[in-house]
Order: sequence, then C-alpha cells, then structure tokens
Amino acid sequence: MNALLRPVEAASPGVSRARCAHCGADLAPGQGEFCCHGCAAAHALVRGLGLTAFYARLEGAAGALRPAEVPPAVDFAALARAESDGTQSLDLMVSGLSCGACVWLIEQALAAEPDVVRARVNLTARRLSLRWRGDADRARALAGLVARLGFRIAPWSPACLRATEDEEGRQLIRALGIAAFGSMNVMLVSVAVWVGGDMGEHTRALMHWLAALFGLPTVLVAGMPFYRSAWHAIRSGRGNMDLAVSLGVLATTAMSLSEAIRNGPYTWFDGATALLALLLAGRVLDRGMRRRARQAVAELLALQDGSVELRLPDGSTRAVPVGSVLAGDRLLVATGDRLRLDGVAAQEVLLDTSATTGESLPRRIEPGEPLMAGAVNMGSAFTLRVTAAAKDGSLASLALLVEKAEQGRGRFVSIADKAARWYVPIIHAVAAMTFLGWWLGVGVTWQAALVPAVASLIVTCPCGLAIAVPAVQVATVGALFRRGVLVASATALERLASADHVVLDKTGTLTMGHPALVEEPGLDRAALRRAASLAHGSRHPLAQALLRACPDAPLLDGVEEVPGSGLRHGATRLGSASFCGIECHADSGMTLYLAEEGAAPIAFRFADELRPDAARVVRELQELGLTTELLSGDGAGAVEDAAAATGIGPWQARATPADKAARIEALCQQGKRPLMVGDGINDAAALALAHVSASPATGTDIAQATSDLVLRGDGLSALPAAIRAARKAQLLAKQNIAFSLAYNVVAVPAAVLGFVTPLIAALVMASSSIIVILNALRAGKEARL
Amino acid sequence: MNALVFLVPAALFLGLLALGLFLWTLRNRQYEDLDGAASRILFDDQPPKESRR
Repeated sequence: MNALLRPVEAASPGVSRARCAHCGADLAPGQGEFCCHGCAAAHALVRGLGLTAFYARLEGAAGALRPAEVPPAVDFAALARAESDGTQSLDLMVSGLSCGACVWLIEQALAAEPDVVRARVNLTARRLSLRWRGDADRARALAGLVARLGFRIAPWSPACLRATEDEEGRQLIRALGIAAFGSMNVMLVSVAVWVGGDMGEHTRALMHWLAALFGLPTVLVAGMPFYRSAWHAIRSGRGNMDLAVSLGVLATTAMSLSEAIRNGPYTWFDGATALLALLLAGRVLDRGMRRRARQAVAELLALQDGSVELRLPDGSTRAVPVGSVLAGDRLLVATGDRLRLDGVAAQEVLLDTSATTGESLPRRIEPGEPLMAGAVNMGSAFTLRVTAAAKDGSLASLALLVEKAEQGRGRFVSIADKAARWYVPIIHAVAAMTFLGWWLGVGVTWQAALVPAVASLIVTCPCGLAIAVPAVQVATVGALFRRGVLVASATALERLASADHVVLDKTGTLTMGHPALVEEPGLDRAALRRAASLAHGSRHPLAQALLRACPDAPLLDGVEEVPGSGLRHGATRLGSASFCGIECHADSGMTLYLAEEGAAPIAFRFADELRPDAARVVRELQELGLTTELLSGDGAGAVEDAAAATGIGPWQARATPADKAARIEALCQQGKRPLMVGDGINDAAALALAHVSASPATGTDIAQATSDLVLRGDGLSALPAAIRAARKAQLLAKQNIAFSLAYNVVAVPAAVLGFVTPLIAALVMASSSIIVILNALRAGKEARL
Repeated sequence: MNALVFLVPAALFLGLLALGLFLWTLRNRQYEDLDGAASRILFDDQPPKESRR
C-alpha cells in the first residue's frame, strides 16, 4: 500500500502538506514550494538532471538536506591527486547521507558529468571516491555540485581513514568465517558419530580423524584473537575472559585429540569450534557497532576541519592545510572564521572566545596581544601573524594534556573482567579436581579421566558468560546510535551507568553556543524580515543569527558589505551602532541596528541563549539521582542567571581550564564519579579527567574527540535517556552473568560426574547463549522508547 | 560405507570452495559498506552514460 502511494506523493511534492519540496522541512506560511533559496536551486538541479525519482525514495530526516548558506571554504582542487593513467582522483567525506537514495542521487548526478570516470559513495563510511579526466581545477566544480544538492562535504581526513580502516576488524571477520566453516563441517561428522550407534570401530576412527582434520586448523587459526588477548593478560598478571576461553578451547582440542588417538566414544572438536564461532560472531557485531559510532564522530570532526587562507608576499591568498603553516606566516582571517592557530594581529580585533574561555560576550583585543586558536572572528577580516605552528601551538599542548589524562583512565575494569577474575580460577580448579578425582580416586586411565575434566571446562565455559556483556552492549549502543548518541569508547556505557554527579559547562553546552536573536515583545516582524534579507550572504555570526530567526526572508540583490561595520543596500544600512550613525557608548558587539531612510533605527539584540531543553534535562538528571553543578569560564552574572533558570544548584564562574580540571580531580578524590558535559577547548582537560564525559554535536573537535559520548542530535535531551539506557544495560548484563552462573550449578555437577556427552554440551551451550542474547535484545527495545 | 569414499571428499571440496570464496570476498572488501550494498540492490533505472570522448 505504501509503495503504491509513494510515487503519487512525489508527483506533487509536499504541496498539500506544506513541506519543502527538496529537504522536507515544514514550510512557514506564505512560502511557496521551498524553504530557502538553496533548496529551490538544489531541486532545480535535481530536476534538470532528470533525477526526481530521488524524492520518492528519500528516507532522511526533514531539513537534513537544506544546502548550507555558505559554501565550504576548502579549496578542493589542491586535494586532487593525479593518477598514473592521467585522470584525477579525490576522496570526500559527505555528511547528510541518510539512505540509499542519497547514494543514488550523488552517483547519478556526478555520472551525468561527461568527464567523470567513476563516482562511488560508501554509505557506511560516508566516503565519496571521485575520478575524472582533465585537470585538478574540476574538483571545485564537482565538489560544489554535491554541496549544491544539499550535502555537506569535507576533505577525507586521515582521522576519517583511521575510523574506517579497521585491520583488526577484518581479521575478526576472517576468523569468524573460518570458525563457522570449521564448526559446520566438524558438526557434520560429529552428528554421524552421535546417531551412528551401530557404527563400526574403524568407521568411527575415520570419523574422529576427519573431525580432527577440520577441527585442529580451525581451532589454531580462528582462535588467534583470543589467544593473543589471553597472552597479554598472562603477561600483565591478570585473568580475563579470553584466558578462560583460550584454555577451554585448547584443553578441549587436546582432549579430543587424545580421544581420537585411543578411538574413544566421542571427540569434542565440535564443541571447541562452535564455541569459537559463537564468540567471534559476538565480537564482530560489537566491533561493527563501535566502528559505526567512531565513523560518525570522525564525520563530525571532518566537517570542522578546514584550510586557512595564507597571505602570499605578492598580496594574493591561497588556501592551504593548517598543518603546513609555519610560525611567522601571515594568514587572512575572514569574518566568521575560526582561528586555527595562535598568533598576533596588527590591529584591534573583536573575537568570540567562548570556545577557549567560556565567555559568552565577544571581546575586543588590542593589537599585539596574543590570540589563542579556537576563537571566532566577530569583527572585520584581519591578518594574523602566526606565532606557533599547529604542532607546537596551544591546541597541541592541550592535546598532550588530554592524552595524559586518558592514560589514567585505562585502569577501569569492566564488569565482565571483574567476573572473570574470580570465575576463571574456580572453574580451572574444578576441572583439575575432576581430573585427579577420576584418575587417582576412581582409577580410570588418565585419558578417560581427561574427558569429564574437560567436559566441565567446556560446559562452564563462558559461552553464556563471555557474550553476556557484549550482547547487551551491542544492543544498547545500536539503540543509542539510532537516537543520535554516539558511544565511542568500549567501557563508556558501564562508566555512564555508575556516574553520580554531573558537571555541566555553560557556554555551548547549556546554551546554544552561538548568538541567537532575543525575542523582545515589541519586535517588529516586518523590519526583521527586511533586515534578514539584507543579511543574506553575509558570513558574520550576527547576520547568520538574524537569518536563522527569519529563514524565509527573500534574497536581496546589490547588497554591499563593509567589512567590520555592516551591510549597505541603497540608503538602508544594517550593522554596528557607529555604522548606522547612532551614538552608543556601551557597544557589546551583540547588537545590530537597522537604519532605514526616514525612520528611527531599530535595534536587534542577540544573546547566547539557553537551549530550550536545558532546564528539562537538568531536572531529569536530578530525578535520575545525580547531583548537578555548573562550571563555566563566563562572568558571574551570566552564570548565575543560567544556574537559576535551569535549577542546577551550585555554580562557579570564571573557571579557567586548569580550574575545571582541578575541580574534576577533586570530585574524583572525594570518591564521586563525575560525568563532565562540555563542548569547548577549555573543557577538554576536564572531559578527559572525568569518570565519563559527553559533548554536544556543536562542540569543538577537541572536546568531541576527548568525550566518551557525542550527542549528535539537537540539544542535550538525549543525555538522560543515555543514562537510563546505560543503567538498563548494566542491569541486564548482571542478569546475564547471574543466569550463566546459575546454569553452571546444574551443568557442572553433571559434567564432573561424567554424564555429559558432546551432544548435551552443545545443547547446553546453544540454549544458554540464546537465552542470554534474547535477554540482551530487551536493552535495544527499551532504549528506543 | 562405500558411499563415504565419494561423499566425504565431495563435502570437503564444497566446504573448502565456500571458504575460499568467503576469503576472496573479504579480500575484495565486499564487507566494507554493508548499508550501501543493501540499498544498491534496489537501484534500477540507471540512465545510460553519455558517450565519452
């Protein structure tokens, strides 16, 4: 039914429902078919290419495909590589890909260009590989085409590559394939032995050796990931789950070999190989889920990665990567650009330093004063003389600090390893006692005594136990991923579940992190619309905020930008007080004036406002039993207001990055387990030191790379849900562990007494695994609510 | 019993063939983009590419 209806919807896209025909966002009253000019242009482009079938297939969220107001500032031509066959190639990171339809649209749109030889999109990695004939300059046009369709593009950075290239993951998949193949074939032979009671001695021996033929290489090759991890555990003197798995599998294989040599009733190669296959399947899923989260984080980081405008001696500028700039170089910092490097300016500059200090008001900085990387230029364009290259600037030293703090975090012991520490010695002791009891006590041969001893090992072995925790993690991380919470670190969920105190940053975390128009009661809507029309196309943060407040404003032609002052269109001016001819002494840099001929100037005030969900999130966190506090680098007034508005409790203003880190350390020493939520460069050290950390999607790259969780959606509302999901996961993991142990209470005595045959062991293993997995799936279901 | 002489090697051969194919697909990076492959199968009307000079 749905399939029948869809093409009809596409034929009259969105008109009846007042949705934008390109991006699907809700339209404001009075808008025609599109929500903005970008969407209209993108739709015309798609229609011109004859690719309108795209809209019938699109599954992405509304508004996700709205083309950016400002085209990417990266020179893609410099990134193109010349291939040996005379073609050029380029890899791009494409953000906004939501489904197969986007892949189809990009590939078809690029294939329509006559000189494109190859255009292939990898939906998982969000990577577009392009190859074309001709010169490198075509890169700009081709990348621009993708951007005009509404996708955000960035150069394919080494960080993206690291997140995607996963040699260990490939080895795991290879091991899984080998283990699955081996266990199937061994099972084929084993079933014959189990049901063939009338089988002759020689046939049985043949079957045993066939099973060994498959079983031995499988156990040796497919078990490598476990043996390696177990070996590390032994060398550092700890027991872990992999040690139990390795010993169980190897002991079973050795016993089976001994049974094959003496032609006993059964061999146990099937148990050993099936165990490996099951555990490897769990690992592969676990890793795949985490890789997806890592790629999504890398995608967010790549969008922030930009190039800088290098001023050449002849006065022209060239876009170069940040890494190639040296101390002493001169860079052009345009209005709205983020400073990528430390330096000094020869003129007075107006900078938004919220990312580096947490101050929400822009600051005027005298010529010659050092400027820290991370600030945003709110004034006119200026020339920055770089004082330190990227690798020894303030950001690099911060990264070093973060790295040091993260090393300390490696001490965290996951619940699975805690269980393994006392469980592994016990089961090995039981197995040893069984062997000695049968051999010396009952008096059977040592080969026969091996059978019940190893049977007890493989029955206790950890199938249920080893996948008890990973299964829950896979289900939870997957459900959180769909909700826009990216869990990047392996133990993050467990640490999040145990957090008892939340430290929140203000600027950019509780607040939006960029200026927004203050909705005053007497706000003139028509004037706002005229002002927004004027602001179209300006990169100044306040102009962009004006446009966000009134996105449907028509584009005005012939607007002239006076850098650092404002915009002019005929006699109409939009800009700072002095630009509009107003006497104003306390210009905070957060007000725009609209001066029209024959009318009094109208002021638009801007502020970094609280996120709409901030108060609700704080309340929910408190309901979850966590204490909250606010820690900000901003002035006392603003911090107190934010604390009062959200009901957060204790607050501290004017906190330097070192103060923040010290506060977290103090909390840890008091025995608290703090969850740090922050977005700025000044939060990075605190984020790394905290028990667990999170940052919003709008955060700076260094904060996101440091955090355990990145909240990709809008705002913080996913945070309480993530804590609930983590606690649920912890509960389910404990249930699973308890269940696996309870199973052993029945299974171990049976194995010790010699009642367990390989058939029973296989049934026990499979049934306990299935129950544990089914229990784990509940995590995914409930986290989705 | 005589049947085993044929069936066991046949089963072995088929199994190894499948394993070989699996390792080949792995080396061919066919598991890199599972999401993309899942939707790619639904792309149909590829407009023929204009002739290139």
